[in-house]
Amino acid sequence: MTGSENTAPESRSARVLREIASGGVALTVLSVILAFVIGGILIAATDPTVQQTAGYFFARPTDMLSAVWQSVSGAYASLFRGGVYDFTAPDFQGGIVSLLSSLNYATPLIAAGLGIAIGFRTGVFNIGGQGQMLIGATAAGWVGFALPLPAGIHLIVAIIAGLLGGMVWAGIVGLLKARTGAHEVIVTIMMNYIALYLLQFLLHTPVLRAPGSQNPQTPAEKPTALLFSVFGPNYDLSFGFVLVVAATIGCWWLLSRSSLGFKLRAVGENPRAARVAGINVNRTIVYAMALSGLLVGLAGVYQVLGQNTTGFGSDIDAGIGFNAITVTLLGRSRPWGVFAAGIVFGILQAGSNTMQVAQGVDIDIVTVIQSIIVLFIAAPPLVRAIFRLPAPGSRPRAARSKKVAEAK
Amino acid sequence: MKLELQGITKTFGALVANDHIDLEVEPGEIHCLLGENGAGKSTLMNILYGLYQADGGTILLDGTAQHFAGPGDAMRAGIGMVHQHFMLIPVFTVAENVMLGHEQAKLGFLDLPAARAKVREISARFGFDVDPDALVEDLPVGVQQRVEIIKALSRNAQVLVFDEPTAVLTPQETDELMAIMRQLKEAGTAIVFITHKLREVREVADRITVIRLGKVVGEASPTATNSELASLMVGRSVELTVEKSGSVSGGHALTVDHVTVIDARGQVVVDDVSFEVQAGEILAIAGVQGNGQTELTEAILGLEEHVTGGIHLDGLDLRQLSMRKILDAGVGFVPEDRQEDALVPEFTIAENLMLDRSDGEPFVKRGTLQLGYLRSFAADKVKEFDVRTQGIDTLVGRLSGGNQQKVVLARELSRELRLFVAAQPTRGLDVGSIEFVHERIVATRDAGVPVIVISTELDEVVALADRIAVMYRGRIVGIVPGDTPRDVLGLMMAGEVPHGTEVAA
Ligand SMILES: Nc1ncnc2c1ncn2[C@@H]1O[C@H](COP(=O)(O)OP(=O)(O)OP(=O)(O)O)[C@@H](O)[C@H]1O
Ligand SMILES: [Mg+2]
Repeated sequence: MTGSENTAPESRSARVLREIASGGVALTVLSVILAFVIGGILIAATDPTVQQTAGYFFARPTDMLSAVWQSVSGAYASLFRGGVYDFTAPDFQGGIVSLLSSLNYATPLIAAGLGIAIGFRTGVFNIGGQGQMLIGATAAGWVGFALPLPAGIHLIVAIIAGLLGGMVWAGIVGLLKARTGAHEVIVTIMMNYIALYLLQFLLHTPVLRAPGSQNPQTPAEKPTALLFSVFGPNYDLSFGFVLVVAATIGCWWLLSRSSLGFKLRAVGENPRAARVAGINVNRTIVYAMALSGLLVGLAGVYQVLGQNTTGFGSDIDAGIGFNAITVTLLGRSRPWGVFAAGIVFGILQAGSNTMQVAQGVDIDIVTVIQSIIVLFIAAPPLVRAIFRLPAPGSRPRAARSKKVAEAK
Repeated sequence: MKLELQGITKTFGALVANDHIDLEVEPGEIHCLLGENGAGKSTLMNILYGLYQADGGTILLDGTAQHFAGPGDAMRAGIGMVHQHFMLIPVFTVAENVMLGHEQAKLGFLDLPAARAKVREISARFGFDVDPDALVEDLPVGVQQRVEIIKALSRNAQVLVFDEPTAVLTPQETDELMAIMRQLKEAGTAIVFITHKLREVREVADRITVIRLGKVVGEASPTATNSELASLMVGRSVELTVEKSGSVSGGHALTVDHVTVIDARGQVVVDDVSFEVQAGEILAIAGVQGNGQTELTEAILGLEEHVTGGIHLDGLDLRQLSMRKILDAGVGFVPEDRQEDALVPEFTIAENLMLDRSDGEPFVKRGTLQLGYLRSFAADKVKEFDVRTQGIDTLVGRLSGGNQQKVVLARELSRELRLFVAAQPTRGLDVGSIEFVHERIVATRDAGVPVIVISTELDEVVALADRIAVMYRGRIVGIVPGDTPRDVLGLMMAGEVPHGTEVAA
């Protein structure tokens, strides 16, 4: 601090508090909480007992209130049981299975989410996750079932093939954008279709279709190519999760500690200034897309070598390419934010199965909760108004290309 | 309408940007607000305009307290503002920007013809040359500034705030603007006028309030001398003229040979321009904004697409080099539009200080940012250039206008230079900082670096230049010695070469 005697150094804790209160963290957490509250209302409203007791609410209100409590608490308790820790299980091993399955669900979401986050931070909107996953999965899957390679090497080669597949598929988009100025949103969507139909076609040819089968489905992966369980058969956590932790650390390093990440961010925030500062904007965008596709490719790898190892069809992406956009938004395009958001979504996904089985709550309620979270994240001013949070202390912006349009 | 601000206080975290500020502006009064960079002038005006909420204090209009939740409220209450950092939507045309916020509709359609007519009418009144149908993003800053002014004037505001409106205007335009301000004043408008140019203050001000470090430190009379005003502002005496010895020429360094630049619309914006700058010499390029100076600098830096002719630095063909290579060859560049071209507002001060050196040592080793080095470098530069901030991790977008400019200058002046090209280097700086920056530019020259300064500010041109090239409609009208009288320069800026003017080669 120089020259201005009217500023006292702000204490660190005060600053952290202010940042939490005005920044994204509080907003994100409150959005999640609010989504659960609304989800609870929906669960209660669709519960038959609640509907029945509502009929005589004024005669005996306690009946309905307790029914509401029963349905909501029951549903969320089973969500917790299925997603975090099964407290009804006799031992730790049985209890923690829930969390492990959540982490396995989270794995491809985090991988693809990181990829999309790299794009966002560079100012490119990669919505081609589906296509990149399909290509990545196909490449990794083909190596996995078709090549006879020794254990260890087989897995490594399959993973690399998958990463390259996603990278090439997204890199094409980057090149097109850099060379011709084509908008990445349109191109990625088209690349999704190309990937899908290419895969469907190949599934009808001997290249991918399992021998002797008429179904458009590949043969099962060879055991040597599978992502093994890290803690052995009793605690099923895929090696894919370890890869994803490494990828998160890598992305964090890339974005906040590396020269390339610095350029990615500069291009994302102000491409004009980046250009004047000697950064090759087009090349940076190609790198960003390629890296983005590489990480999305990792999600594809996990799908075929970890999740669905008995042969795959053209639905192997399981919508993850799109759900990952949600995860990225929730994680605010920060690597560890995406990691946390992916785990939240993993828990919701694992828990919703239990919720449906145990409480008869429709699995779609989780989709609703997820959507509401995104809605709130995408509409921060709304959440801020609901909770009367201070607006972030930013200066009024000058006329700046996209930002202004966003703010309007 | 009478404007009263009472006890306005605003804090940003631990920083007190406004500390119980009182200000009164009578109808029919031009009230100048003076203060160094970061003193809190813009903050105060943004509060008045509803962009910031004050932490304390009241705003009174004709004696009634106002509560502005946003600029819409302020506008409805009769307040207009010309912002230091323009509030224009780049993808809208001039006319659309002008009507934004009070759109008039006819049968559900926006009445664009009316908005266009309005733009033309006001431009005519001011002697501005603005095309209502041009996209704002295509306009140079000088013209954008005019659009801001037109926008504020189109609403017949009773209280008008001008936050450094003249920073990018030419002397003629400034005179016209001041004439308009007097007209408005006659009509009973209350005007707040923020500027760092003391000549303007003395010309139009009825009253002067000086702010320092967020507090009102006193009133000054419009008859006060420049140095009295300057020392009130910065709290010390300021040298208003630069000490400068004769230039020691060290041979040709930069040669620009028959350079022509064609812009995206196919128009010739720089027309067959040739000149040389010698090592250890400052060549000032003077001229009314928009006569090709911007494009000329961008051509030297390799930022223009359609360039013909030769540009050589110490025998190095700059036209063959990429922007990266040109920077690495030691060309320092201060672009005209700092917010768009020189800074990443969402980056910290430290990050912005390494923006154009993101590839090699000392900031990057083996692909890794050297954060420790960056921190100490940034801390040094913040101190050396007197950037008023809470710390090097402050986002540049949160700095006051003048302090943002200091960050750009600090970055460009703190590396090995072989050529320094600065467009409007002191735009928005206070007198104290101008003194410092001018000293630094002269020191750069004395170190044997060829320097090009583009300025629309005659004071600056005369203060710095060893030779002056005047541009008009893309051509160089003439290159004259640094001590050429101002009236001659003025004529040349209008495209005439007065008789008997000695034209230096
Ligand atoms: N949104 C913000 N967040 C944090 N600090 C801010 C913000 N806006 C302004 N400041 C700080 O408040 C102080 C006053 O800034 P302000 O823009 O009012 O200065 P100014 O007097 O207009 O200066 P200049 O002449 O350079 O335009 C500065 O130190 C600035 O960094
Ligand atoms: Mg200001």
